[in-house]
Amino acid sequence: MTIAPAELGAAPAFSIPQRGKLHDIFRRHPTAMAGAILLSLLILMAVFAPWLGTVDPQALAPIRRLRPPSSTYWFGTDMLGRDVYSRVIYGSRVSLIIGISVALFSAAVGITLGLLTGFVRLADAILMRIMDGLMSIPSVLLAIALMALTRASMGNVIFAITVAEVPRVTRLVRGVVLTLREQPFVEAAIVQGTFIAASAMITEAALSFIGAGTPPNIPSWGNIMAEGRSLFQVAYYIILFPGICLSLAVLSINLIGDGLRDALDPRLARRM
Amino acid sequence: MFAYIIRRMLATIPVMGVVAIFVFSLLYLSPGDPAVIIAGDTATLDDIARIREKLGLDQPFYIQFGTWVWNLLHGDLGISIFTNLPVMTLIKQRIEPTVALTICTLLVTIPIAIPLGVIAAWKAGTWIDRVVMVFAVAGFSIPGFVLAYILIFTFSIGLDLLPVQGYTSIKDGFGAFASHMVLPSITLGLFYAALVARITRASMLDVLSQDYVRTAQAKGLSNREVLIGHALKNAAVPIATIIGIGVALLISGVVITETVFAIPGIGRLVVDAILRRDYPIIQGVILMFSAWYVLVNLAVDISYTLFDPRIRY
Repeated sequence: MTIAPAELGAAPAFSIPQRGKLHDIFRRHPTAMAGAILLSLLILMAVFAPWLGTVDPQALAPIRRLRPPSSTYWFGTDMLGRDVYSRVIYGSRVSLIIGISVALFSAAVGITLGLLTGFVRLADAILMRIMDGLMSIPSVLLAIALMALTRASMGNVIFAITVAEVPRVTRLVRGVVLTLREQPFVEAAIVQGTFIAASAMITEAALSFIGAGTPPNIPSWGNIMAEGRSLFQVAYYIILFPGICLSLAVLSINLIGDGLRDALDPRLARRM
Repeated sequence: MFAYIIRRMLATIPVMGVVAIFVFSLLYLSPGDPAVIIAGDTATLDDIARIREKLGLDQPFYIQFGTWVWNLLHGDLGISIFTNLPVMTLIKQRIEPTVALTICTLLVTIPIAIPLGVIAAWKAGTWIDRVVMVFAVAGFSIPGFVLAYILIFTFSIGLDLLPVQGYTSIKDGFGAFASHMVLPSITLGLFYAALVARITRASMLDVLSQDYVRTAQAKGLSNREVLIGHALKNAAVPIATIIGIGVALLISGVVITETVFAIPGIGRLVVDAILRRDYPIIQGVILMFSAWYVLVNLAVDISYTLFDPRIRY
């Protein structure tokens, strides 16, 4: 690390260490930068959804059902005549809320349990057996099972996916605590949390896609795709556009995660 | 070593115990009274009481759990609420397409993913490496069901090369079987291939920086001999782990892939069961997948002792 002069010259504004570090991540990882830009666009899209040329995403109009994409209906209309473009734009809200909430909750619970198991012998014996058991259930299936118990709501989806993700964070934090008790487990959990946000978005969409996720009246990307499923041979656009948005959203977070991992946890990065 | 293997095998018992408790609680906590559901709309209160008694639903939790585990150990996974058939029978009916899909996915991905990882590590930092890593990130980011539709739109509807959906057993002709398996295998395999390629690259990078690799190069071995004979062999443990864990993970993707491609396997079975709230099927499938995961992990751990003589227990 003997590149200080160039760095100082390039970024005099980033004298605060923390911000300098963050700036450094994006400077050295152009892909992480691309991910950050993409994610910012998505967040802007979610926040300003009502002002992006959208109409009410729930507005039914049976007369203009299944219109292909045109200058009026950019992404076409679905079988109930709802504007797919508006639904996709509003759908970004659901994905982002679920991704962020699941990441935060599983990081919080996972760090707590991980520290507990890392430092308390008895807790370790009991909790890790439970975590091993939960981890042996495929996460989509675990979330499906929990969703089958409760009624469909966004809160329940967040809860179900969080339960499926917690064991992984717990195990990671415990591992870091056990190897060297002063290792930066928070950093490790942050990196993990980024990837959890990405995987939670996929899981939510998958749950909704098979009809066990977000309630059908909420336009989430998974729900839009689920509605387009039976019609995909005639109306490809109902599935295509939310699918592309979902992939881009997950991609943006994964790119940021890769950059963060390289920067915050070089030991882990080398192993991946 | 045998002591280790036995200890490792015993360690699977508490894990499966936790899964069993979780899965049983699922039915116990499920909204609605199973007796009412089974009895149907025209049942009288007496009928319901009789069914409840017959199923042991009037017993306390631990007795119900004990009976359930006892039946489980005898291969009885309960009766499907909707079809009234034993869950075991339903699983047996549906297992073939799922196994076929998993094997095809492995056949499509492993022979591509491992060489990709090896080449990326060997050419680390070059454009080849970057292409492989871009492929890996893409593989992690494109959800299976999105990829599935892109493949169907391109190869089935656009180019009209492959069937859109459905399944044909290998017994009814290899050609038809293979043509139905291509797209589902790619769908299921992309994430997995990305994972294996990435882990292969990372463990190869680790190994390639070791002294014995330099020695091997110095004594004049060809790149091929160094890469395969020395490096890949020593990188085998993490790769074997990820292949093993991946095999268990594939099962999870089966649920979605089978739904998109209308393959009548275990995944479809469980999706249909969720929509009908047929808890015994959900329980049976979760148990089966977890047992599979635990067994694969056990096999991977035991294989370490064979792969890597440096590991002593």
